[in-house]
Amino acid sequence: MKASKSGFDSRPAIKNLRFRITLLAPSMVAARPSEAADTLSTPLNYFLHSYGPAATPVMHLGWLMTALLSAITLIVILLLVIAIVRKRSSADSGMIGAESGGLKWVYIGTGISTFILAGLTVHFLTVLNAVAKPTETPVLTLTVTGYDWWWNIEYEHGDPAKRFVTANEIHIPVGRPVLLKLKSADVIHAFWVPVLAGKTQMIPGLVNQKWIQADVPGIYAGQCAQFCGAAHAHMNLEVIAESDRDFEKWQEAQRRTAFPVSEHNEHGYKLFMDRCGGCHAVRGTEAEGLHGPDLTHLNSRGRIAAGLLTNTPDHLMEWITRAQYFKPGARMPSIALSDSEASALASYLSTLD
Amino acid sequence: MAAIDATRHRIDPPLERIPEVGRIPAGSPIEARLEKIWETAPGWRGWLSTVDHKTIGVRYLVTAFLFLVIGGIEALFLRIQLAGPDMAFLTPEQYNQLFTMHGVTMIFLYALPVLSGFSNYLWPLLLGSRDMAFPRLNALSYWIFLFAGLFMYISFPLGQAPNAGWFNYVPFSGPVYNTGPNIDVFALGMVLLGISTTVGSVNFVVTLFRMRAPGMTINRVPILVWGTLTASVANLFAIPAVSLAFFLLWLDRQIGAHFFDVANNGQPLLWQHLFWIFGHPWVYVVVLPAMGIVSDALPTFCRRPLVGYTAVALATMATMLLGFGVWVHHMFATGLPTVALSIFGAASMVISIPSAVAVFAWIATIWLGKPVFKTPFLFFAGFVALFIIGGMSGVMTAAVPLDWQLNETYFIVAHLHYVLLGINVFPVVGAIYYWFPKFTGRMMSEKLGKWSFWTMFIGFNAGFFPMHIAGLLGMPRRIYTYPSRMGWDEVNLITTVGSFIFAVGVLIFLVNVVLSLKRGTRAGANPWDAPTLEWAVSSPPPAYNFATIPTIASRHPLWEGRIEGEKEHTRTRLEEGYLLMRGRETLGTSPIDAKPVVILKMPEDSYTPFLVGLFVSLLFVGLLLHSWTFTALMAALSCAALSVWMWPRRNLGQRTARHDPASARRGGKGP
Repeated sequence: MKASKSGFDSRPAIKNLRFRITLLAPSMVAARPSEAADTLSTPLNYFLHSYGPAATPVMHLGWLMTALLSAITLIVILLLVIAIVRKRSSADSGMIGAESGGLKWVYIGTGISTFILAGLTVHFLTVLNAVAKPTETPVLTLTVTGYDWWWNIEYEHGDPAKRFVTANEIHIPVGRPVLLKLKSADVIHAFWVPVLAGKTQMIPGLVNQKWIQADVPGIYAGQCAQFCGAAHAHMNLEVIAESDRDFEKWQEAQRRTAFPVSEHNEHGYKLFMDRCGGCHAVRGTEAEGLHGPDLTHLNSRGRIAAGLLTNTPDHLMEWITRAQYFKPGARMPSIALSDSEASALASYLSTLD
Repeated sequence: MAAIDATRHRIDPPLERIPEVGRIPAGSPIEARLEKIWETAPGWRGWLSTVDHKTIGVRYLVTAFLFLVIGGIEALFLRIQLAGPDMAFLTPEQYNQLFTMHGVTMIFLYALPVLSGFSNYLWPLLLGSRDMAFPRLNALSYWIFLFAGLFMYISFPLGQAPNAGWFNYVPFSGPVYNTGPNIDVFALGMVLLGISTTVGSVNFVVTLFRMRAPGMTINRVPILVWGTLTASVANLFAIPAVSLAFFLLWLDRQIGAHFFDVANNGQPLLWQHLFWIFGHPWVYVVVLPAMGIVSDALPTFCRRPLVGYTAVALATMATMLLGFGVWVHHMFATGLPTVALSIFGAASMVISIPSAVAVFAWIATIWLGKPVFKTPFLFFAGFVALFIIGGMSGVMTAAVPLDWQLNETYFIVAHLHYVLLGINVFPVVGAIYYWFPKFTGRMMSEKLGKWSFWTMFIGFNAGFFPMHIAGLLGMPRRIYTYPSRMGWDEVNLITTVGSFIFAVGVLIFLVNVVLSLKRGTRAGANPWDAPTLEWAVSSPPPAYNFATIPTIASRHPLWEGRIEGEKEHTRTRLEEGYLLMRGRETLGTSPIDAKPVVILKMPEDSYTPFLVGLFVSLLFVGLLLHSWTFTALMAALSCAALSVWMWPRRNLGQRTARHDPASARRGGKGP
């Protein structure tokens, strides 16, 4: 079944690095064992799982509509089947049934349908109203910008010194509404973390707003939901909901600039400035590139390459040297490095905590 | 049987020449004369020049089915790639081109053309006419459709097929992010196809209003005609939006216009509005005629007329009108204001009501009838079941907040395949089984027919129902691969297996067609004992359709006198009618009550539709290749061919004086 030598073969490499289970952090597995067991196998399943007030009413709406409409479907199909198989009196074969009659079916059927549809309409409008805006003022505003094929995330703050930028991983305080401003840097993407909220397109030239709130600490998987080109399938993100204290700690860490260069990784630093700094930024250094993800605290992230690989030193080097193999068409080139260059670069990157 | 009083039908302005009324006995020399007047020249000349609606209809059907098979093979490739996690059967770029071309092919090159095929073939026969209103326009419409299809497909072997999805959102399809010729092929192909659909639609609208047999008042036309009429009217309003959108995109790409370019105050959202103002009505364009097929053909097998004719006809029109008001339901996730979303969401719910009318009318027709379980009936009954499922999942997508989750997942893929395959392909295949004897004079095999139905029905549900589940499990559309552990492995494997079973069903059907062409048992004029007018003529019909134009007095002329409780009968006159044979002539009637108004002089066969189609298509090739001299040359040739086409011809003029006694003498034997 797995076949074809031709073309992009991501299988063997990615297979080894298989996706880490993304929905809930290990700590949460202990806290909520039964739910975790379900969700682990389907991290984007929004039909059976929701963890925030922007998603839960919608999930219940989905249940209601599915149950109601399935029941109606079964009843109507049952009517159809009975209509087909029911016994008829053997009639004169030459005669044709009367044209009149049967309108009662149309009146009753359409009447009931209209009644149900009207009820559903009122209900979904109520749900729409409930999830359109958070009940309290959001505590945090983030600007999420979609790029081919990764996410840039800016944490706003009244004090410019406290703003910072990160990529592909959104941290939020648990139990609090967070406002997202959604933008695109190139083509149309869509922000979708199904168990927290429905999707919203990110359209160039527009700033769309949405809000999310996670009621339970954990790691929530998200994925770009608008076809955006070759690596559309590999444009994932994670939302990490944590306690206020952990979140503050994380923010403080993110606000710091990168560690200063020490003697033993100076070679790797120079290499980074030469080869990577044009596209990537590391705060506190000369690297100020804006074409790729901000790498200031790269090692604090769970995954690299917009969710494609777990963030281990090996994967990182593999990604750097074979980016086009993993994500053909991405702006990140595959960078040829000699062994000594690779180890120097790896040594420098390991300081980006 | 009383003779028809020709003058009784006179209205203002009166016919310039009152045609003789009479009978033409079967096998009389007059039939041979009519055949000579209407027949197409043999060989390649006739092949290129024919304007016969039956030939054009069959061409549409055959071409559309070829595209269906091609689009189906593309789908199978996609399904192999998605059969399991982390497959490497296709590259992302190949996958993107394949899913784009699959969508483009099925929507534009199969679903509408196949229905045009039925309508082209059947309309004049259903309406009691000898041809469509504009036979040459009809031929042009086919040629341009064919060339547009070839135009889009030539890109494939060159590896430059459209790759931005059939919806083709900017800026991904714009000049910055899509530098190859892929999207130009799509843009130009769509404008070209728009010409074909527009001229075809004009033809249907005028045909309905002017070409019906006397007495076929507006409340007696078959539902299929209502379906194609509303679809054609919708086309005339919807096609300009999409043609404009693609033309603007082409300008953006070729001459640096900035309609969709944000850097220069362009607006990508404009594309979505233009596209869906077209795209949503289009959904109904490709299902309403198919629903009409069922409304007309199902009663034949139920041995009773359709329940609620008027309700179904009105529902057809209501669906189309509402269809124009709900384009935003493809755009719920674009960040529009909540108020707008509420209005469009509610409107999207309302559109289910006319569908409910149709569904209950069909079920009542089966319930109150005495069904005959022939293959077409199975397809139509299967269609009703699929329609119900597809309709219900559609209701779910109308609920705005739920759609924020469902949209762009496999739930939508499931929904749209239930709607398009269920509401288009099942009726179409059933209709081929139903009208095959009319097209070819032979019956299709019932045994293979039942095999094909059950294989298709089971394969379809096995393939597409699990997609609902995949969607609820969060699987996005248009991803070329997915990792394991997302919980999508099993559903995708089942879907792939189902899709192959479905393909086997289609294959059995095609084998049945090919075998039955040669070996099918001979069909008489009316093998199903059907009520509508096309079954009044021989199978296949003569070139002139009706020797005399019939006079219609009910919705089911061939069942008159046999319907329980119907007292008046034998009002429709099929053998006796106007004798029109001074060249290609048919009768023009008034729009609503179908009173004879004019004798229409129909054009002879002509190469000009083929030539205009060819030159216009080559003009688009010139645009694609940026060869401006070639483009200008083709524009000049198109104009030249059009001039020849339009050149006034004396023999088409109505130059006969009123009450011309000479014509009455030549016109044949009176009663």
